[in-house]
Amino acid sequence: MLADGSRVAVLGSGPAGSFFSYFLLEMAGRLGLTLEVDIYEPRKFSLPAPAGCNMCGGIISETLLQNLAADGITLHGDVVQRGIDSYMLHMDVGSVRIGTPSGEMRIGAVHRGIGPRDLTEAKWGSFDEHLQGLALEKGARLVQTRVDEVSRQDGRPSLKARDGTVSTYDLLVVAAGVNSSVLKVFEGLGIGYQRPKVTKTLIREYRLGEEAINASLGTSMHVFLLSIPRLEFAALIPKGDYVTMALLGDEIDNALGDAFAASPEVARVMPPGWDSSQRSCQCLPHINVRGVDKPFADRFVFIGDSGVTRLYKDGIGAAYRTAKAAARTAVLEGISEEAFRKHYLPICRSIANDNRMGHVAFQLTRAAQRARPLRRMILAVTRAEQASATRRLRLSSILWDLFSGSATYTDIFARMLNPALIGRMTMAALAALLPGGRKGPAEATE
Amino acid sequence: MSPRGDLGRLYKDGEIVIREGEVGDSLFVIQSGEVEILTWQGGEDVLLRVAGPDELIGEMALFEHQVRSATVRARGPAHVLTLDRRNFLRRINEDPSLAFRILEVMSHRVRDTACAS
Repeated sequence: MLADGSRVAVLGSGPAGSFFSYFLLEMAGRLGLTLEVDIYEPRKFSLPAPAGCNMCGGIISETLLQNLAADGITLHGDVVQRGIDSYMLHMDVGSVRIGTPSGEMRIGAVHRGIGPRDLTEAKWGSFDEHLQGLALEKGARLVQTRVDEVSRQDGRPSLKARDGTVSTYDLLVVAAGVNSSVLKVFEGLGIGYQRPKVTKTLIREYRLGEEAINASLGTSMHVFLLSIPRLEFAALIPKGDYVTMALLGDEIDNALGDAFAASPEVARVMPPGWDSSQRSCQCLPHINVRGVDKPFADRFVFIGDSGVTRLYKDGIGAAYRTAKAAARTAVLEGISEEAFRKHYLPICRSIANDNRMGHVAFQLTRAAQRARPLRRMILAVTRAEQASATRRLRLSSILWDLFSGSATYTDIFARMLNPALIGRMTMAALAALLPGGRKGPAEATE
Repeated sequence: MSPRGDLGRLYKDGEIVIREGEVGDSLFVIQSGEVEILTWQGGEDVLLRVAGPDELIGEMALFEHQVRSATVRARGPAHVLTLDRRNFLRRINEDPSLAFRILEVMSHRVRDTACAS
C-alpha cells in the first residue's frame, strides 16, 4: 500500500498522466495521505507544434465533458476553442446534419498543445497544459526532462533522467503514449509488458481564420464516408482559427491525405477559395488499435494508450477512465500486481471487450463506403429522422454515438440490430427502387 | 477571448432552466454566467440563492425521481451544460468515486441549511 511520504513517478503529462496525478492526489487527500508525485514530461505544451504537440484530433466527447464536470473539472472557453452541437455526415450521395436534441454544445474541440506550427497569437490555452496545471495545483511536481533508462532496484522502479539523475520510487505510472520511444525499455524489464499494436493516422491543420470557419464549418464536426481507396474514416474538426483534418485508413500516407482533401465533398464544406496545399502542419502519429494484455506489474501500471484505449474514438476519455481506475487502485487497494489485476484490469478488459464490438461496427461503416445503395439508405433514414419532431432518432443516435464516441460500441451495435431500424432501412431501400426514388448528389445535398 | 468555445446551452436573462414542480431527470453544470434558485412561497418567487460558474444544480434528480424542489432561472445570459441522468448512473456504476463530488455538494447544502436554521 502507499503510505505517507510514498513516492510516485508518472511518465508523461498528456491527459492520462495528468488525470492520474490529479485523481491520485485528490483521493489521497480525502484519506489524509501525503504522497510525493513527480511527473516526467520533457515537452513544453506552451510551444507550437511539433515541440509542444501531442498529435491528436482534439475532441472532448460529451461523456468525458460530463464526467469531468461531475468531478469538478469544468472546461471553459479559455481552452475549448469551439463548442460542437452537431455532426454533418457527408457522402457522395448527399449530406445530412445530426444535431443534439436540445441544441446544446455538448462536445469540445481543443488543441492538445498551444497550436500548429505557424501559430502567431495564442488565443486559447493548450488542453494538455491545462490538465497539467490542475495536477500541479493538487501538489504534483513537474520534472521537465526526458527519462532514458528504467530499471528495478530491490523491486522498486528506478528512473535515470537525461541529466544523469537516478531516482527510485514506490510506484511508476507509465502514461507515455504509443508515440514515445520510452515504451520500448519496458519490454526488456521482465515485467511481462509488450507494446500495443498500433496503426498510423494522418492529422493536418489548416489555418482558415475564425470568421471563415464560422461561415463554413460552423459548430459542426464534419465526418465523411467516401469511397476513396484505403480511406476508412475522415473528419474535419473546426477549432478557433484552425480546422483539423483527421484520417484513419490502411497504410495511410500523404497521397491519401491529398486525395481526401481534393474530394468535392471537402470542397463543399471548406470556405470558398480554400487551397488544400496551404496547410499549417501535418503529422502521422500512431494510435493504439489493440491494447496490451498485462498493463501492470508489481509497482508498475500502464495507463492511456500505453496500456488499453478505445478503438479510434475518444482516446482522451479512455485515458481518463484508465487513469482514474489506476489512481483508485493505488490509493485504496494497493500497488501490487495482484491489486492491479483485481481492481485495474477489469476496466481495461471492459474497454478491450467493447473494442471487439467496435471492430464489427466499423466493418458496417466500411460496407457503407463500398456500397452506394447502403449510403442512400443511411442518408434517407437519417434525413427523415432529423426532419421529424416526433420520430425516434434511431439511426441518428447510432451515427452520433459512433462518430462522437459517446456510447459504448456494444450499446451502439445492439441498437444497430433493432428491428424497427432494420424496418426503416428496408423501407428506404424499397423507396429507392421505385421510379423517381433516386436523386443526384447535387440535389441531394441539404 | 473567443465566445465560440462556450459549452452547453445559452439561456437568456430570465429563461427557466428548471421549473419547480416538474419531474426532472437531468442535473446541470453552470458553464458561465449566473442563475437564480427560487421557490414559490406565499404567491411569489422567493430567492434562495444565486449559483455561479462550475456549480452543479439539480443534483437531487440523480437520487430521486421526484418533482423539482425549486425553480432555476438565468440571471443574465448563462451557459448551462446538461448531464444525462442515465449515462451518469451508468458511469457511477463503473466508477463510484464520480459520486464523491455530488455527495460533497449535497453535504455542503445540508450544512448550510442547518447553519441557516
